[in-house]
Amino acid sequence: MLKGKIAVITGGSRGIGAAIAVKFASLGADIALIYSGNSKAAEEVCQAALGYGVRAEAFQCDVADFEASKAAVAEIKNRFGKIDVLVNNAGITRDGLIAMMKEADFDEVISVNLKGAFNMIKHCTPLFIKAKYGRIINISSVSGLMGNAGQANYSASKAGLIGLTKAVAKELAARNVTCNAIAPGFIQTDMTKSFGEDNPLVAAIPLKRMGRPEEVAEAAAFLAMSDYITGEVIRVDGGLAM
Amino acid sequence: MVFEAIAKLIAEHNDCDVSEITMDSSFAELGIDSLDTVEMLMNLEEQLGKEIELDEKVETVGDLVRYIEARL
Repeated sequence: MLKGKIAVITGGSRGIGAAIAVKFASLGADIALIYSGNSKAAEEVCQAALGYGVRAEAFQCDVADFEASKAAVAEIKNRFGKIDVLVNNAGITRDGLIAMMKEADFDEVISVNLKGAFNMIKHCTPLFIKAKYGRIINISSVSGLMGNAGQANYSASKAGLIGLTKAVAKELAARNVTCNAIAPGFIQTDMTKSFGEDNPLVAAIPLKRMGRPEEVAEAAAFLAMSDYITGEVIRVDGGLAM
Repeated sequence: MVFEAIAKLIAEHNDCDVSEITMDSSFAELGIDSLDTVEMLMNLEEQLGKEIELDEKVETVGDLVRYIEARL
């Protein structure tokens, strides 16, 4: 159970982030949802979380912005009193073959997916150190494990998240702060809506179907409640990256 | 004032007498690691009423005192 825990979830208004917020709320956690732009969607996720009798509030913030994410963490600390769990889920794609990839497309993806996680971890770390407790969960991707053609930027950012996860896990272990990553495969979200079940990539998945956001949320909940797992990467991919 | 506050925190942390701590005491010999210094600063922020971010490595108590005083 996560009763009494305060969970911050970035990219929380849609897809995997929304599923994690609702799952955590169902386990009793209070939810601080960070979203980049869609306040209506964020409000709907908060409403779903409130249905479990927990607190849930949405905070608009571009996690790629160091100062803005600092302010968001400070505001959440003020509103909720503490932070126990941080889920770095915010992510974007700007797909294209590297031969044609624009510099801005690389920079933007790294800024949100990788630096965004750094920013959030950086600003939450003093709170975790002081509390001698913290659960950090970074949402990576099988693209970061295997590489994915057309996603040099995204794959690099997601592989970077794994290195970040392990370094932070080592640095903060002495303070009872764990840091783990989840590597989802093809999950049914807005990010993969161009995929149909008849997509040849789906045929390559041993379990022969795309995953559901709720199935990634299960792994996130497991890590949020685990005390003796750190620096780990859990694939939730139907066996794709075996 | 900053030195006294830090010395008090270290004395509590190490369960020793405040008089054993000087400006020249190194954190290494006091058995205080860099995460401890971050934690100490968090505790000091409440007393000082000001947020101070530690973004460089401090070796001695004096280093930390000067770092904080320069930012007050």
